[in-house]
Amino acid sequence: MFAKTARGDWLLFAIFTAVVLAAPILFAPIGAGYPDLLQKFAIYGLFAIGFNILFGLTGYLSFGHAAFLGVGSYATVWMFKLLSMNVLPAVVVSVVLAGLFALLIGYVSLRRSGIYFSILTLAFAEMSYKLAYSVLTPITNGETGLQVRNLAKAGVVNFQHGDLRILDRAFGVVEHGVPMSNLFGIKMSGWPGFYFCAAALIIGFFIAMRISRSSFGMMLRAIKSNQNRLNYTGVNTRPYLLAAFVISGMYAGMAGALLAVTDPLAGAERMQWTASGEVVLMTIMGGAGTLLGPVLGASVIKYFENIFSAINENVLHQVFSWLPQGVQDVVVSILSLFVGEGWHLTLGLLFMLIVIFLPGGLMEGLGRIVSLFKRGKAASDAAQNGQEA
Amino acid sequence: MAILEIDNVNKTFGGLRALWEVNLKVEEGAVHAIIGPNGAGKSTLLNCLVGRLAPDTGRVIFAGREVLGHKPHEINQMGIARVFQTPEIFEDLTLLDNVMIPAMAKRDGSFRLNAWRRVAARAELREEAEQILEDVGLAEQRHVVCSALSRGDKRRLEMAMCLIQHPRLLLLDEPTAGMSRADTNATIDLLKKIGERGITKIIIEHDMHVVFSLASRISVLARGTFIAEGKPDEIKGNPKVQEAYLGGAQA
Repeated sequence: MFAKTARGDWLLFAIFTAVVLAAPILFAPIGAGYPDLLQKFAIYGLFAIGFNILFGLTGYLSFGHAAFLGVGSYATVWMFKLLSMNVLPAVVVSVVLAGLFALLIGYVSLRRSGIYFSILTLAFAEMSYKLAYSVLTPITNGETGLQVRNLAKAGVVNFQHGDLRILDRAFGVVEHGVPMSNLFGIKMSGWPGFYFCAAALIIGFFIAMRISRSSFGMMLRAIKSNQNRLNYTGVNTRPYLLAAFVISGMYAGMAGALLAVTDPLAGAERMQWTASGEVVLMTIMGGAGTLLGPVLGASVIKYFENIFSAINENVLHQVFSWLPQGVQDVVVSILSLFVGEGWHLTLGLLFMLIVIFLPGGLMEGLGRIVSLFKRGKAASDAAQNGQEA
Repeated sequence: MAILEIDNVNKTFGGLRALWEVNLKVEEGAVHAIIGPNGAGKSTLLNCLVGRLAPDTGRVIFAGREVLGHKPHEINQMGIARVFQTPEIFEDLTLLDNVMIPAMAKRDGSFRLNAWRRVAARAELREEAEQILEDVGLAEQRHVVCSALSRGDKRRLEMAMCLIQHPRLLLLDEPTAGMSRADTNATIDLLKKIGERGITKIIIEHDMHVVFSLASRISVLARGTFIAEGKPDEIKGNPKVQEAYLGGAQA
């Protein structure tokens, strides 16, 4: 859609930024203009953008990225407990920790490719998930999940009773009730929370764009296209893959941190394989290897999860109240299979349709629509100006 | 001076002796053809040279350095490039990208984390890439995705990908296999043109027309070992060679 020139990229970035910042207004008509949902668009969009750097560019399908999401969340809550409710140190530490964790898992998993790589990453993530429930309970607080508590009385170091928050204590921050994460005093709930996530998404998008257009990005694409040739071209593919793996792990860590920033709580289920699978769906649905696709896919899935699941039979009866009673009952009973609890069915069907008819995801669909318009325009232009380049 | 010395290389697959006491010296600047009947071990030998296979015993010295035991990318960085029997290119990328990648590998080494600067901003790389595409006659199609190319064009592209690295030794595995007569002749012309750059070449080939048009020296491999070596004229009249080919055909 956009030419691969520096100008085209800046245009793309400007439009992306504008859409993200104006999201509260733009998404209001489809019922998504509230911060809790838009936050999820941004957070999972970031997760998917990072995942796409590995899967979209190199073709290596990781089934264990939820592990990094979980590490990010746990690290953030721990920073809240130990240092400060300010989100900046928490986010930085989370990203670094997730990166280190990705370095370890990536180093081992990347010894294999294809399905074996996927299985290795899955095994590591499931291992982390089970460990978080069992052996690591002192760190993860097991099934209850890790949460922020009130400040402990001076000298008490028992996290069951209260948190330390060394920095907040040192600066004499006064807490009333359950503490909320903040950015130098701005509470990270509601719209400020969304805009913090939006800023992270915009920065993440910009970095991904630069990576995609860089020499490094081109090498990653070459790995996907023909790794064998690349080896005989004098390129050591392993460190390129490891770098991509670590970067995407850091994105996941950032997304995990943001989940904990907007809701200071971390549970092991965030590491479960379903979460790893979800980001794969998001990326493929939106368009693997494209810049916008992952964000689009993440938003669509989160939209379905939150909006479609909220529709029930009563709502449907209202919508179809103009139909005669008998017909209305039939229509509602059929449609109700696809909404409410049945939103997974709709999502599954949509996913199947996309994979079958648009292997390039929603971005391919958009590209086709754009080229249709262009062709229509080009035909009329060509009549006047001759051939178009 | 010999740029490549293969010293007593042996390779067995299970009970099969694929290479047996193979010795070869390739002079710098030579076009050295390796011919022989099917199953003689020609491709096995080439695979040993680029690190795809590890011989059981023996040494391979390239420009004074041991090649064996090194990974394919390390061997390429030493200055050995290879053209495969079926063209190995980056099918999903454009021709320009296809030649820029080896150019980058030559400049940046086997790994460099250059994740911020736009590739498009590396003008020197792009100029070099466009020049090489011009040289092989593919400049017009530089923005085309490679999967759309004909087999002959893919082969020419693969050669461009090797040439842009200025290798000291170029290995060609049946460069005209499956090509039409016209494409074959175009490839011969291209290889002659490359010859002017002074790159040493080892060519594996079945097509005697190609071999005698290009080779300055010919070695004959049969049943895993060299049975003859010499100038093209000497090889033509060698009875052992004729027997090997006829015997190979009857077996």
